[in-house]
Amino acid sequence: MCFPRPRYRPPLALCSVFTALALLLSPGLSPITLAQDVAAASESDTLAPQAPPAPPAPPTDVVAADNPNDGGGAVLVTWTLSADDSNGGIDGYVVYRSTSPSGPFEKVGEAGSGKSKTTDNQTSDKIEYYYRVDAIRNYVDAAGEKALVAGASVPWGPVVSGPQWFNSGRTITLLLFLIVTFSILQFITQAKSGKSYLWILNVIFIAGLGIFVETPWILILIVVLGLSFFRKDIFGGAEIFVRKIAGIDAVEEAVGRATEMGKKIFFIPGIQDMNDVQTIAGMAILGRVAAVAAEYETWLEVPVSKSMVMVTARETMKEAYSKVGRPDLFQEAQVHFVTEDQFGYAAALDGMFIREKPAAIFYMGAFFAESLILAETGNEAGAIQIAGTAMPAQLPFFVAACDYTLIGEELFAASAYLSREPRQLGSLKGQDVGKAIFLSALVVGTIIVLVGSITELPDWMYLADYFRVQ
Amino acid sequence: MKRELPLLITAIAGLVFAISYFIPHWPFGEAENIFGDWYSIIAAFAIWLGLLNLAQISLQKVARKSEGWQYGLITVISMLIMLVIGFTTVANSISDGTAHDADGTPYKWMYTHVYSALSATMFSMLAFFVASASYRAFRARSFESTLLLITAFFVMAGRVPLFDPMVSYLGLTDTPYFSEFADWIMSYANTAGQRAIMIGIALGITSSSLRVILGIERSHIGGDS
Repeated sequence: MCFPRPRYRPPLALCSVFTALALLLSPGLSPITLAQDVAAASESDTLAPQAPPAPPAPPTDVVAADNPNDGGGAVLVTWTLSADDSNGGIDGYVVYRSTSPSGPFEKVGEAGSGKSKTTDNQTSDKIEYYYRVDAIRNYVDAAGEKALVAGASVPWGPVVSGPQWFNSGRTITLLLFLIVTFSILQFITQAKSGKSYLWILNVIFIAGLGIFVETPWILILIVVLGLSFFRKDIFGGAEIFVRKIAGIDAVEEAVGRATEMGKKIFFIPGIQDMNDVQTIAGMAILGRVAAVAAEYETWLEVPVSKSMVMVTARETMKEAYSKVGRPDLFQEAQVHFVTEDQFGYAAALDGMFIREKPAAIFYMGAFFAESLILAETGNEAGAIQIAGTAMPAQLPFFVAACDYTLIGEELFAASAYLSREPRQLGSLKGQDVGKAIFLSALVVGTIIVLVGSITELPDWMYLADYFRVQ
Repeated sequence: MKRELPLLITAIAGLVFAISYFIPHWPFGEAENIFGDWYSIIAAFAIWLGLLNLAQISLQKVARKSEGWQYGLITVISMLIMLVIGFTTVANSISDGTAHDADGTPYKWMYTHVYSALSATMFSMLAFFVASASYRAFRARSFESTLLLITAFFVMAGRVPLFDPMVSYLGLTDTPYFSEFADWIMSYANTAGQRAIMIGIALGITSSSLRVILGIERSHIGGDS
């Protein structure tokens, strides 16, 4: 079980040669070029006085309306661009507000040239406001001071801001969320009581898509296609299969290795607090690791960076030790606070790894820049390392430095995988429904975009726009 | 009751959060801020738990002269120094009416010359760890790792200002093919992979959250029973 760990050193001298070459060959990094840029910039800062230019043409069709889909306190102001906007005759727009059409107006917002809307987020609900938009042009006056001339629009109003009870911009999101949620609930209840009729609600939500979506058939096709993969599971109650997750299966191997070597195990639950779902998922895995460690009578240490994680981890471990009949082995000192500071935490853990040479290290939770610092030090210490995180930017580091890595969703599936509890497994199946819907969207979208691009038929091009990422 | 009450609070809070995404009206629209404030208050008090635990563990190490007790002693001394400096600086700033983190205060001096320097040192080490991890990851042991090595070569070739200027210097072409190809890899191949992971994560979070709200997943309150 114990395997030797070869060490490799990067050719740093080679890296230095490449960096030096890059500096020499890159014109943008030359000190001479940089000095020239600075000189040019300071020259352009000095402006000569100008005669006041003619005021620009004002913007027209100014309309102010309650900002949609918010909790109130905001007004959306829109206008048609000034006639001087297209020829560079203005520098931007200034938005003014008043409680009377005759003023006085106070400045509440700005927008650059070419922009035709802005939001005033400082309104009080149920009060009538009037808005005016000025097109402005800057110049330097005879005294050398910056000044402006403005073309003012006709005031528009009254408008009243207020809150909304439903964010209509999220209707489709809500319907898709409900379909995925009820698919998960369908399989959870099915796993619990053998049958479920929640799929009927899903049919209603799919019909809802037809009402709210401009081109309903595409979305309905995608959802129905996604659900069709699970028709047997929905109506027939097929057995739930969960693929092998090597990282979780290796827990026993890692704890066994520590037992054989007579060394300790570290479990690092990340640097986020208990309000992060990744930390909660990490706690589920800690329970399993603690149970195996208790059975093997191996010392498991959990240094944490958040006090509330410390309390939760203690409860989880106490429970795990009790479950396997070894509550006497658990000591509160196994879970201890280090620091809330990110790099302070990393430094403390690095020190522990180097001094104590643990046989196994688990990283389960949310990690940031400290991920590689920890994992590389753990690797240097010769520990078998198992990581799991849902931080996409840190995954490559863990994959490079650890023996096993739970990638994204595997971290969340670990709890169900370990417990084998039917309702938890059912939730995984429901999660797969969501995945099937996304996959169907990818397939349908790719076909539509491809056909649209090749044939250039207007209908297909129109449909393809739905699938293009802006 | 010890189990049921936390489960009930979790279920209600979870549902309120889910609903508040779709209802902007008060109090739902403000739920995140309200809960966030409460969380910050609780977390601020919870820091004392952590501090006391750190002091206890470190002092125990020192008292028992267990392995690495010197580090425990340094931790306790550092903690006390920073606490004393922090409290005296705040007390002075209250009596003087100045900011506690203004230039020249002992707190600011410790922050700039000790804390920031130590943090920057740890962060800088990342560069060396990236080099050693990359060297190990890019060894061509299998088809996949060879593919990774080749891809990484082109991404690095496009990112560092070396290959395109070299090709231009040799008079072959002025078009920055290396950086364009690196951009293509990052925009298409890399983004596709990242999005696949992101979709899986989003669904995993939805499923996990539902398990927590429904009380099926209880690891956050210590387990099953």
